[in-house]
Amino acid sequence: MNGSAIRIADLLFRWPRQPRPCLDIPAFEIAAGERVFLHGPSGSGKSSLLGLLGGVAQPERGAIELFCTDITRLSARVRDQFRADHIGFIFQQFNLLPWLSALDNVLLPCTFSATRRQRADDVRAEAMRLLTHLDLAPDLWPQPAAELSVGQQQRVAAARALIGRPELLIADEPTSALDAPRQQAFVDLLLRESGAAGAALLFVSHDDRLAAHFDRTVALADINRIDGAASA
Amino acid sequence: MIAILRLALKSAWARRLTLGIVVCAIALSTALLLAVERVRSDARQSFSQTVSGVDLVVGARTGSVQLMLYAVFHSGSATNNIRWDSVEVLAAHPAVDWAIPLSLGDSHRGFPVLGTTVAYFEHFRHGDRQALAFAAGRPFSEVFEAVVGSAVAAELGYRVGDRITLAHGMAELGPEHADKPFTIVGVLAPTGTPVDRTVHISLEAITALHLDWAGGAPLPGLAIPAEQVKKFDLQPREITALLIGLKSRADVFRLQRHINGYRGEPLLAVMPGVALDELWQTLGMIERTLLALSALVVVIGLAGLMATLLAGLNERRRELAILRALGAGPGALFLMLTAEGLLVTVLGELFGCALLAVGLFFGAPLLQTQFGITLGGQLFAGNEILLLQSVLATGLLASLVPGWRAWRMSLADGLTPKN
Repeated sequence: MNGSAIRIADLLFRWPRQPRPCLDIPAFEIAAGERVFLHGPSGSGKSSLLGLLGGVAQPERGAIELFCTDITRLSARVRDQFRADHIGFIFQQFNLLPWLSALDNVLLPCTFSATRRQRADDVRAEAMRLLTHLDLAPDLWPQPAAELSVGQQQRVAAARALIGRPELLIADEPTSALDAPRQQAFVDLLLRESGAAGAALLFVSHDDRLAAHFDRTVALADINRIDGAASA
Repeated sequence: MIAILRLALKSAWARRLTLGIVVCAIALSTALLLAVERVRSDARQSFSQTVSGVDLVVGARTGSVQLMLYAVFHSGSATNNIRWDSVEVLAAHPAVDWAIPLSLGDSHRGFPVLGTTVAYFEHFRHGDRQALAFAAGRPFSEVFEAVVGSAVAAELGYRVGDRITLAHGMAELGPEHADKPFTIVGVLAPTGTPVDRTVHISLEAITALHLDWAGGAPLPGLAIPAEQVKKFDLQPREITALLIGLKSRADVFRLQRHINGYRGEPLLAVMPGVALDELWQTLGMIERTLLALSALVVVIGLAGLMATLLAGLNERRRELAILRALGAGPGALFLMLTAEGLLVTVLGELFGCALLAVGLFFGAPLLQTQFGITLGGQLFAGNEILLLQSVLATGLLASLVPGWRAWRMSLADGLTPKN
């Protein structure tokens, strides 16, 4: 794959009713298939950046190109659809809809995106393949997500992010609820799966001990001209 | 769209206990509202159909409402009577088809006794011009024969052939006309009107009962045995009221004016429909207050729905953020919350209707016997559809608020809920 997964140019963002902007990023780029570790302390604007990349927030100025599409120029509805089609998200804990089974949680992106449904082909078979691949025992699949352990939930969340092979995976502190040995295991799992799927991975965390094995490590403070601690 | 609604359904099912309670609250308040409306409209219907086919009700000059109260509802008492010679003059009027004299004042174990003629059974109409029908027996023909209404027969367990004695006045333990018992010769079919609660005897019997009475008490030293009363002139000297049917309804105003200006004695003629409406107006306040109260109960039920959805929203913030990350727009989340509220409202209404149907099945006979209110059988009569629609509209309105909150929340939270 060539080209860039993410290209940010001249970005300025401020939350509504805030006097100062919280993000001012002249340039930031992630190549297609590249696996990047982005770290920064809490309050440094990580969530804001993810919101912008997801197309949930709009910048005051600048361009955010995802796979050569400037999503800031899309309508809100098209941005929502773009996110559904091209980005797989993994959050901290409470990633899953507690009242759906593990399997149904994995299938969720396919109900929102025809693109990912088509790429997955037989969606149920693909969901089962991913869950098997991520070592989740079949007897857990029909269980409500709320009854799974945190580690199991995170693997279901990973399977959900991966189904339909989105070109970009964004993980926001996905290991913060896991104990130390499992943290590294989960990071390795994500690196392996994104590599296998050929998807770019943006892994966001405040904990830079996890940064090993990534193609590149970036500190948010290095790309953001606004001092996060001062603006928080 | 369909996917979001399916998710909304699953999410609602996951919270079925809480939402079930709200459904119950809405069901109960809907059933209450419908029941009040049903009783209200049917009571009015029963009320306005207490008497039909009678063109004029005539009594001594008094208020029209009072006249209706005692002449039709057999409740309260007349302050003055009509002289028999006036009755004869009016009955002979060329416009008059028939005239039924009514004489009230006695009672039997709390039920009013009505002295009248057999013409009463022939001409009296109730409801939609329905004639009186006999469930058993026949009209009275002898002096000491009585015809009882269906409620009298049912409550006191009377059958044709039973013998009863009447009491003077309306007090339950008033002085008895114990020496002159009556034989029940007929039992009327239920009508849902005061007729059901009335004991009917002939005018002559009223006179006969009071031959040896004066001033509301038996004359001391004078006792006329029942078998001797026929030797006396049993023509009444005065009666309480007169029901008049006209040959042509077009004459009703002319005759009413004629009677109201009658020179023989001060009389009042009223058209029953008009007077019943007037009487209902005085009761209308209560009726409207009742409806307003039950509407308020529905509003409270729906406010409960809104509060429940809003309270749940804070706990579901994560859920909404996850859906948002998966590609759901704020509009989809708005739809999800609003659909949930609407679903709860519709379920509540359906259960409310079912509750009403069950309640009617068991409650209608009770209302009929206790209050003479006949409830219509069909479920969605008259205003009820309109009321259900208003409840639905209010429910939708109540659901828009959490929907709108979810919309706002999803815009403010983005992908990472603040909590």
